Amino acid sequence: MGEFEVHRVRFFGLVPAGVRCMAYQHNGRRLALARTDGAVEVYNFAANYYMEKAIPGHQTRSVEALCWAAGERLFGAGLSGDITEYDLERLRPARAVDGFGGPIWSMAANNDGTRLAIGCEDGSVKLFQVVPGGGVQFEKNLDRQKGRVLCLSWHPSGTHLAAGSIDFIRVLDVHSGRTAQRIMVNCHVPKSKKRECVVWSIAFLSSGTVISSDSFGRVQFWDWERGTLQDSHTVSSSAALSLAVSEKEDSIVVGTSAGATYQFQLLPVKAGGQEKRWVRTKPFQHHTHDVRAVVHTPTALISGGLDAQLVIRPLMEKVQKKGYDAALRKFTLPHRRLVSCARKARLLLFQFSQHLELWRLGSTNKTGKDGETLPLSRMPEHLLQLKSKGPEHIYCSCVSPCGSWIAYSTASRFHLYRVQHEGDSISVKKVPGVPKLLLPAYQLQCASDSGRLFIASDRGSVHVVQLLEPGGCKHLHTLRPPAGTREAVYLLASSADGNWLAAVSGDWEVHVYSLKHFKHHCTVPTYSCAVTALAIHPTTNNLFISYSDQQLFEFSIPEKQYTAWSRAVQNSGLHKLWLERDSPITHIAFNPKNTSQVLLHDVYMLCVLDKSLPCPQPLPDDSAVLVNQSTLKQLSEPARRRQLHAFKICKKFQPLLFADLLDERCLVTVERPALDISAQLPPPVQQKKFGT
Amino acid sequence: MAALCEAFTLCGLGPAGGVGLGSGLLALEPGADPDHVLLTDRGRTTTLFKVSDQKPLGCWSVKHGQIITCPVVCNFETHEYIAVHDNKVLRIWKDEDVNLDKVFKATLSAEVYRIHSLPHAEPLVLFKGGGVRTLDVLLEAPQQEIENVISDEVIKWSEAFLESRQPVLIFVTEKDGDFFVYVQKPKMRSLHKYKLEQQELCNPLSFTAYIKKQIITLLCLYSSDSVYKVLIPLQQSSEEEEQTLSKSLLLNLSISGSVLKGTSFVVLDKDHVAVLGSLAASGEESKECLTIWNTKFQTLQASKELPLGTSGQLWCYGEKFFFTHGKVLTVVIYKCETSSLAAAVGKLKDSQTSDLSSFVNWNTLGDEELLVSLQSQQSVALKSESKMTLRSKKSTVANIQPDTSTVGQFLLSIKDASTAAVEDQLRQLLSKAQMPDFQAAIGCIISALINRCKTDPKFYPRNFLVQMIQKGELSYSLCPDLMAVALEKKDVHLLQICLQRFPDIPEEITYACLKVFLSISDDYLERTDVNLESVISYIDIEPNNKEVKTEVVENGFSTELEEDGCDVTGMKETHMMDSVEFCPVGPQKAALLNAVLHSAYSETFLLPHLKDLPAQQAVLFLRYLHYLYVKCSEKINTTLPGILSPTISQIMDWMCLLLDAHFTVMVMLPEAKGLLSSMHRFVRAQVRLYSELNKIEGSLQELQRIKCQKHSQAYSIEVLELI
Repeated sequence: MGEFEVHRVRFFGLVPAGVRCMAYQHNGRRLALARTDGAVEVYNFAANYYMEKAIPGHQTRSVEALCWAAGERLFGAGLSGDITEYDLERLRPARAVDGFGGPIWSMAANNDGTRLAIGCEDGSVKLFQVVPGGGVQFEKNLDRQKGRVLCLSWHPSGTHLAAGSIDFIRVLDVHSGRTAQRIMVNCHVPKSKKRECVVWSIAFLSSGTVISSDSFGRVQFWDWERGTLQDSHTVSSSAALSLAVSEKEDSIVVGTSAGATYQFQLLPVKAGGQEKRWVRTKPFQHHTHDVRAVVHTPTALISGGLDAQLVIRPLMEKVQKKGYDAALRKFTLPHRRLVSCARKARLLLFQFSQHLELWRLGSTNKTGKDGETLPLSRMPEHLLQLKSKGPEHIYCSCVSPCGSWIAYSTASRFHLYRVQHEGDSISVKKVPGVPKLLLPAYQLQCASDSGRLFIASDRGSVHVVQLLEPGGCKHLHTLRPPAGTREAVYLLASSADGNWLAAVSGDWEVHVYSLKHFKHHCTVPTYSCAVTALAIHPTTNNLFISYSDQQLFEFSIPEKQYTAWSRAVQNSGLHKLWLERDSPITHIAFNPKNTSQVLLHDVYMLCVLDKSLPCPQPLPDDSAVLVNQSTLKQLSEPARRRQLHAFKICKKFQPLLFADLLDERCLVTVERPALDISAQLPPPVQQKKFGT
Repeated sequence: MAALCEAFTLCGLGPAGGVGLGSGLLALEPGADPDHVLLTDRGRTTTLFKVSDQKPLGCWSVKHGQIITCPVVCNFETHEYIAVHDNKVLRIWKDEDVNLDKVFKATLSAEVYRIHSLPHAEPLVLFKGGGVRTLDVLLEAPQQEIENVISDEVIKWSEAFLESRQPVLIFVTEKDGDFFVYVQKPKMRSLHKYKLEQQELCNPLSFTAYIKKQIITLLCLYSSDSVYKVLIPLQQSSEEEEQTLSKSLLLNLSISGSVLKGTSFVVLDKDHVAVLGSLAASGEESKECLTIWNTKFQTLQASKELPLGTSGQLWCYGEKFFFTHGKVLTVVIYKCETSSLAAAVGKLKDSQTSDLSSFVNWNTLGDEELLVSLQSQQSVALKSESKMTLRSKKSTVANIQPDTSTVGQFLLSIKDASTAAVEDQLRQLLSKAQMPDFQAAIGCIISALINRCKTDPKFYPRNFLVQMIQKGELSYSLCPDLMAVALEKKDVHLLQICLQRFPDIPEEITYACLKVFLSISDDYLERTDVNLESVISYIDIEPNNKEVKTEVVENGFSTELEEDGCDVTGMKETHMMDSVEFCPVGPQKAALLNAVLHSAYSETFLLPHLKDLPAQQAVLFLRYLHYLYVKCSEKINTTLPGILSPTISQIMDWMCLLLDAHFTVMVMLPEAKGLLSSMHRFVRAQVRLYSELNKIEGSLQELQRIKCQKHSQAYSIEVLELI
């Protein structure tokens, strides 16, 4: 197939924000996750754990608690003191109601999702009713006592609430609003040694047991009516920060500040006996830092830590068969493209939460053999840093292929810059008179001739803006799907000849528009999974789509049907090892000189798909191996020829944020080594390790 | 493990069933189809049932006033049913017949005890007088005279088998508390009568029997709550004299204090019996139950309580028990798998796997046990000077038949037969003996052989011994004298195999082997058959060996002197000893020494013996070890090629051991000086080499670290080739 010159970039200093809290919605199998920078993400477990929605953060809007209520509505509350409902269609906070109790530390929804309870800084617990149309309405104040309420849990019947504060737990009667029980968690400690004991997390079981985890690293089981301690387990020398109970109430998961998670199970004392006790069963150490959030789904333990990792650990006893679903999953990097590339100008634009960086790639004048590192004739250059003003985080950004336009959008503002390259110097000018559009923009895409900018907007619409030399722009048209939709467009792809534009909205519909006539051309047949990336082939105008279940489709736009290759692939099926990859394809590119080559990449691999070669056939017994490049290179010539297949998988570059073809012999990869991320994190809780 | 599974009711035994004299069942017999049973009651009715459907297929009755006196059986060949009513009247009919009055009828001259139907054979009719006729013979002349075999004994139980297509009938009679066993072969017109060994205070209640390999095993349930086993060999020369059959205890029906009072029982397979009876614990009310016992492990495997009571009868056809439970006929399905300790601990492999010798096959072991127990019976008989057993022994010795020659008999013959004869017999035994549990029997044979070898210097069945050792069944402890005899006879090949195969050779013997190997000259060894596998790949054993030798001589290296260094008294050319290019011993000797190097040992026990090694031999051995060491070091992975070739650590250990044992001698011995200095030089060079390697390791580690650092640089342009 040939040699590529790979520009291996590791200077994108992205540090994903830590996970602050999570909420799992059992019916929709969706996990909502809030990060420490206020960003909220929704992972769809049914769509292969794809990060379906992402709402960028906000400097002043920290999220301390998330709740699913009233079906599929997501509420968040934070230190700003507001209860916020998120609009998951338009991907932004919809309404906010002040709790009037100072910063909110905790929030819990009752079992039927009709009421929200918040725990405030001033020690009050307030009840809010979820209004069916949208928003919440204050209902009542419960008994107030001094000390911030750090955690809350409803009794499954909805009659009582357990609230954890510093040094004590209260059980509140929801109906009367009175404190029904007050339990001091610290009364066994001698006075001289008494420290403040923070109850970090609490759970109220239907049996009347209250489980608390506290800053002493204890998990304690209380009888709320008598106020007595039933059982106490010390899981860590540092704090036990988070706690979650399974739906059946027979298993809990605890996260500690040492990065470990523990499972407790309610097991009979004797086999077959009636008496049951909580037993610490499984320890896991997937994190290096605080595990601030845990969730117990029927089949898995999910933990999120300040090291920005989301770990999904399936419970083997709950999984029917060993296989794909039984695999441990770790997500650190977002399933979104944060890098855009100006191919012609060889520029890379990196999107951070509040600023952009523009880099010029280095170059070399030597050639070499496979695996060699070439001497650089020019070093890469940091050209520009664009800081976004205001507290809002950036939704999306893009650089034009010629490298002279940069656009980005925040929740309320859209910015377009004209970049002038004069030799080595560079000047940036903000383009004035940007059309007033419905914001935010969810995706930006520049036409390949850099003459147009496509802005993905809500309700399935795409704005087409003409970029004018020497520094202006004009709104040309807004494309809308014929049937209309409530979901925002989150992915765009434009054709090289400027005739076609494909847009994917949150309902996973792919619409193709003709740019010649500004008119809807066709809709790609609906597939029951989220689109993770799409691109239009420069010469054949075939739309290449990858889905979160790792399926690949090729759709001919002119003929409005799937291509023969795509049908053939679907008929024979993709290889099992391809389908069982963890992370979704986040970018698709084409070789401009070889029409049959497609570049795909996910976090762990880069693949050049050569459509002219046969696809590896999945055998019924799944015994066939999907030989990747490093294995192929070790084979002898005849064996290699026998093993040759369409998927040229290279796992050399990991973890991969972005990969693109600059020209037919030149690749650029952007890696973010895990070590570099952890080096930027604050030091974890000191742990004594043997031998140090 | 055996287990009782589901139970279901076949039919009710209400008043309708109990017509005639005594109500209840007379017997249950298998029908033509495996799923059919024929039920005969103690009246005038017989019913054919389809068991799986739990429904009757047909029902036949004799006229009022007549009684069916013998269980109705099915002739499997013709699918006809045969009944006897009023003791003498024979009726034969088919499925489609309705009225028994109108079917074939024959009136016999004597009273019938029972009819036994056998698959692929004519039914046998047993008369109350002990006479037996096949049905076809009887039907030719129904009124023929039937002889009276038993005088005034009463038949208690009878059973028929097919053995090598010959029907065999066994029945038990009783007279005044004495029980007699008759074995009849109607085709051969042979009849044997045995007396069952008497037991005081108890008598047999129920019998069952099975036949295997010409031996009838009769199991008797005694009133003393035990099951006894009686073996009756079929091959007996015609013998008028009444023999007494000795019995051995098979099973004690007691479960932790409580005793099972059995009433009837059946054999399920060779390890399992099912007993129906009442379980009586002291001070408690007895309760009836159906139990399955494992006779091998003497354990109760399954039991089922039958609170409604039974009639005490139990039948078993096609993995189903049939018995009356209360007022119904109940069917219980059971499972009975071959029991083994392996299965009990959950480690049973597929018994069909190839390596038969690695685990004990209980099936064949059973035969073995059978033989052994038969032998013990014989030996008991021998003591009581029974003519029969003496004669049978003689006959086996005189006329060796592979089928009948047992280990015990063979052991006797070892004592006086010639080597060739013994080897011949052994071969037969081996070829016949697919029995994998050789060990016990072969251990006996080997010790007998060795004893003979000791007494008779000419006797030495070498081939057989080699064969036996190579089978991998033996160990040193099983036949401790084997290696001593081999040492005495200087059978180096046998010793080599022993060293390779036996895991438990004492250090003393290892040392003795080493000494013998070192002392035998290479010329002698060249003529012997030694397995050269371990040396073939690093010692040149081409026929041009001689040329090599001359070459060696030309180079000034006297191999001859070294080769028989053991009997060289004065070594002059010690200065040449440092050459280690050529093996100081011949390939045969090298192979033998390798076998010694390979054997397991403990330093503490070997060292005192090793000190006794003559100095010359020690030097030779050391030289060989040195040679091996140098050979090993030639290769980067410091291993010698070939199968069973010694490893470097074995070589080093023996070298150290030898030097430890002979330190003072080595220092004193002039011819050792060259060797020692050469070894010292080599070892020093090696040590130096390794210390250098250590340094390199550090540098390489550093390089690795640097490479890693390079890896983490922020930007690079690399070349990637996609294939």
